[in-house]
Amino acid sequence: MTLLCFDDTFDGFLTLIFESYRLKIIPDKIIGKSEEQLFLFSRPVFIPAEAEKSDRVWNKIIERTSKDNADRIYRVFMSEVPGSRMLIYEFIRLMTERNYNIEADFTLRPVLEINKLHRKVAREADRIRMFTRFQKTAEKSYFAAFSPQYNVLPLVINHFTDRFSDQEWIIYDLKRNFGFYSDKKETSRISFTDLPVNPVNGQLYESFHDPEERSFQELWRKYYNSIKIEERSNYKLHRQMLPRRFWRYLTEKG
Amino acid sequence: MITEKIFEKLKILADSAKYDVSCASSGTERPNKPGMVGNASAWGICHSFSEDGRCISLMKVMQSNNCIYDCAYCVNRRSNDHPRATFTPQEVSDLTIGFYRRNYIEGLFLSSGVLRNPDYTMEQMISTVKDLRMRHSYNGYIHMKVIPGCSRELIFEAGSWADRLSVNMEIASEENLKFLAPEKNYEGILKPIRMITDRISENREDRRKYRKVNKFTPAGQSTQLIIGATPENDRTILSLAGKLYSHRKLKRVYYSGYIPVNDYDRRLPVLSSPPLQREHRLYQADWLLRFYGFSVDEIVNEQHPDLDLVFDPKMNYALRNPELFPVDVNRADYQMLLKVPGIGVHSANLIVTSRRYSRLNSDHLKKIGVVMKRAQYFITCNELGPLRKVTGLDPELVRHLMLSGQKPSGAIQLPLYQPAELYDKYLK
Repeated sequence: MTLLCFDDTFDGFLTLIFESYRLKIIPDKIIGKSEEQLFLFSRPVFIPAEAEKSDRVWNKIIERTSKDNADRIYRVFMSEVPGSRMLIYEFIRLMTERNYNIEADFTLRPVLEINKLHRKVAREADRIRMFTRFQKTAEKSYFAAFSPQYNVLPLVINHFTDRFSDQEWIIYDLKRNFGFYSDKKETSRISFTDLPVNPVNGQLYESFHDPEERSFQELWRKYYNSIKIEERSNYKLHRQMLPRRFWRYLTEKG
Repeated sequence: MITEKIFEKLKILADSAKYDVSCASSGTERPNKPGMVGNASAWGICHSFSEDGRCISLMKVMQSNNCIYDCAYCVNRRSNDHPRATFTPQEVSDLTIGFYRRNYIEGLFLSSGVLRNPDYTMEQMISTVKDLRMRHSYNGYIHMKVIPGCSRELIFEAGSWADRLSVNMEIASEENLKFLAPEKNYEGILKPIRMITDRISENREDRRKYRKVNKFTPAGQSTQLIIGATPENDRTILSLAGKLYSHRKLKRVYYSGYIPVNDYDRRLPVLSSPPLQREHRLYQADWLLRFYGFSVDEIVNEQHPDLDLVFDPKMNYALRNPELFPVDVNRADYQMLLKVPGIGVHSANLIVTSRRYSRLNSDHLKKIGVVMKRAQYFITCNELGPLRKVTGLDPELVRHLMLSGQKPSGAIQLPLYQPAELYDKYLK
């Protein structure tokens, strides 16, 4: 089995594709550095990221298809779903083989699969835009934490940077243990070793909260409960729109 | 400071506002401005969903639920013995900004009962949104109710602060409106709607000439109709909606299934449950009007003045017009594809783009997301399998096949038998 290994970044992944073409190695599986120890008998070939090579692959995707399609590929990569990397690999193989823009040819399996998966990731990103709940801290900044299904935080961070440009905030992915911090001027990637956060519901410990935080959460719960119309109750639709896995981080469901 | 009183007021005034169904935050694209909080995204963002499945995007509250009117269908009518409260402008704007900064909401939906007179009420509401925009540097979404009967200047001022304005029609015919709300009339409601429409188009002209002119209600206006409180048929309702879309350029008409809030009032019908299915069909018809190129007469007509509750309006259209089908998905134009039951805007787009590369068969269509359960009777595609078609079958039979929920089995020889025999064969 041919295993190619990259450094877990998108740049690394694109470099890997570049090298696989240059060295004429067709991988059976593409793995990230963090998964290396899962393989006992095969020896993965590690390919270090090189910005120049990854740029060439990225630009090639845009040239042969479109910027929109390149963004779709990025979203599929961020899904971290098993098989998604080989799917992209397959797509790029078809893209180079065929002499037309394949991005809308849904009769090709990888094109269709990429479109389905990218939509799932985009949906999760939408949900993060919707269901992020900030807690005001004693230092008058805002904190939010949750664990999205796909690695979508980097996809939505521009939205929060734009919207909350006059407040200091942190949004944290508890599952992948990284987040973003904005100091009103710049947004940067951060990682903590010991967050003062209850991992069950993403709430900061009480002593870190602004004195009014509890009241505001209570007000929001009160509002949430008085806005529903009893006669129209529809729990099935409710759960479909607001999946259970988000509940524990949602103030109104707390 | 958050006091016990604020809790109480929020509970009362959110409870009173909940029957307004509009919750859209879409229609404006406005980036953040330096030093301000908030932006508005063109497609709108929901932030939560209540247990009735409705999206919570805006904080929906009333400035006050005191009202000088006594409309039979309204929970806040003067003669109801009901807890009353009034927010000060600062209280609403403080709450809104507190919720907004925590990303609970996408913006504010401000409505009100009529205090003293329409002008006074409108002034109160305007001071709320003004306070929010000025003191809190708020740049997010605001939807404001316009109180019919207030002055032109106040409407114009409201529209300069808010993203969307709405005047509720509530009842789809003037005669019934007067019956249930003797203090109101159509002219009083239509006047502000017209003023807003005219001002929006004026503003658009001005902005073309001078770039500095501020936008007036960039997300347009909407209205709401109560369904089932009065005996209007769906044709009356959809014709009114159609006119509001074409003549008054409304962005949305909302349909709100009547919930018996004042069941003691003899003028109102006794309902065991709100007409939710009818409301659902009306929204489907509304979508056909706005996105699928249907006209009102294609959806409801003299013979069929009401929407069918069993099948969706598009299915009914297709069953009433079998001569238009089957449609060849590899040739038909986009507009025709949209008329096929089971094909939506998304799948029609995908069909049009992917058929450039290869002829589509039913397998492709399934993957594209066409609902074959409905579409199978109305399309032909690449393969020549003996799929059942509405032209060969009696439309009545298609109805029955649909209801029996059978999967198509391509092997069955069809169709020119007597319908009675077919029933025996398929409908066991």
